[in-house]
Amino acid sequence: MADYKEIIKACKDVPGGLIEAYHAIQKEYSYIPEEALLEAAKVFKVSAAQAYGVATFYSYLKVGKRGKNVIRICASAPCHIAGADKVVAALEKELGIKMGQTTADGKFTLEFTECVGQCQATPVITINSTPYGDVTGEKVAAILAEYK
Amino acid sequence: MTKEMPVLLANAGKINPTSAAEYIAAGGYQGLQKARQMDRAALLQEVKASGLRGRGGAGFNAGMKWGFVPQAAPVKYVVCNLDEGEPGTYKDRIICQNNAHALLEGMAICGAAISSQQGYIYCRGEYPFVVDLLRKAIASAKESGALGSFDIEVRMGAGAYVCGEETALIESIEGHRGEPRFKPPFPGVEGLWKAPTVVNNVETFACLPYILVNGASWFAGIGAPKYPGTKIVTLTGDINNRTFFEVPTDITLREVIFDLGGGIPGGKKFKAVQVGGTSGAFIPEKDLDTPIDFDSMGTIGAALGSGAVLVLDETRDIVDVVARISKFFEHESCGKCNPCREGTFRCREIMEKINAGRGNENDIENLLLLSRVMQKAALCGLGQAAPSPIESTIKHFRPEYLQKMN
Repeated sequence: MADYKEIIKACKDVPGGLIEAYHAIQKEYSYIPEEALLEAAKVFKVSAAQAYGVATFYSYLKVGKRGKNVIRICASAPCHIAGADKVVAALEKELGIKMGQTTADGKFTLEFTECVGQCQATPVITINSTPYGDVTGEKVAAILAEYK
Repeated sequence: MTKEMPVLLANAGKINPTSAAEYIAAGGYQGLQKARQMDRAALLQEVKASGLRGRGGAGFNAGMKWGFVPQAAPVKYVVCNLDEGEPGTYKDRIICQNNAHALLEGMAICGAAISSQQGYIYCRGEYPFVVDLLRKAIASAKESGALGSFDIEVRMGAGAYVCGEETALIESIEGHRGEPRFKPPFPGVEGLWKAPTVVNNVETFACLPYILVNGASWFAGIGAPKYPGTKIVTLTGDINNRTFFEVPTDITLREVIFDLGGGIPGGKKFKAVQVGGTSGAFIPEKDLDTPIDFDSMGTIGAALGSGAVLVLDETRDIVDVVARISKFFEHESCGKCNPCREGTFRCREIMEKINAGRGNENDIENLLLLSRVMQKAALCGLGQAAPSPIESTIKHFRPEYLQKMN
């Protein structure tokens, strides 16, 4: 795993590079480790409060640990009426965790998201940003098998 | 009779969207060549005369927007808004995945008009695969020489709906929290890194190559005279053809839903349609013969917005859908201004109360009052538009609210 210090350094001279650095860190870690955030604050010459402020503003950035594979379930209106709640129930049952939680082995985290722009195939989930459309409770186990 | 009219999507399925060579072989980058040979004022005039208006939702005349940029400024930026976050919308993704170079060419045409050498595309965090595609397309265009000295960089958002607001988007490119700025100054005068900046939607930029090649009067003659051209609409919800169509802007909602969309599945009846994404008004059956253009939609208290079309059949619980939508806005409000931060919170609270069967008629009056405050006092379009699903459903579907009360 690449060192977060190296990742941050690589973005140092990019104008507005703080968010770019966060993306690059998450690509490696799947979240932003607390110490990486403090390092980024130092490198980009902003206060720790500002670095937190930016990271916590955006739904796709997560400070502190979460699972290796992030499963997001769209809860916006088109997916809502297409039965997103049934997909939520199936995912919670399959993984044995509730929305917002991470499996004990650290493999999966369940998160709600708003629209991911794949509305031709509602309801939609994404796993590490790869979209899966027309998801039903029955399809969930097969989709997850790819990541187990 | 079908009323589809592929212009921006005429290349769909025919060319590799990343390949500059294939786009050029299909006639691409001729608009940019033409733009670069034109005098700046003539180019601006051509874009103004085409009547092209912003496709992101605000419907502002594109040429006029470009005209606000002061020529004396040493550095100017062209920024493309690819943050499409309106639920039910995916038109910009479709444009990129089918005709990415039309977007790049359109940005370079804007660059020629305002003398800018640098463009940015702000792509929503939900589309990392579009970021990759665009970076390949940019590399291919640079290699072919088609873009000349105009550079384009792609930046990725991180899941904040409010960043579709142009000043919030600029803040985000600068590496800050995506909170809208006070206006004025408008971005055309003081935008990205304090330099004059034009921010336009993907679909707006992608129209430009075709306007330059075919002429302003050709474009002005398509669809509705006051909002000419084509529009890509995305159909979701209770509709047989859950897909996208590029249509002239004078097509009516009824034609979109019942001709192109194939009507409602299962022989059910139509109840309502929400146009323009989750911030749009809900429209009842009686208004379906309205053309989709910006001004016509305004006359029925609705908005074309992003072109999302969410259809609900007779079995849908409209109060439940609007309660869900109010949760969306509470989540997406950035919190900078009080009318939106508190307003979206209270809207959600009252909507959930009504949806749970615990509401009364006083709650409806409070929602309407709150709507008016937010529309007038919120800092940006998010807070101003957030109450429109509530207000429009109370107006057109009040009995459904009353049904939930004792």
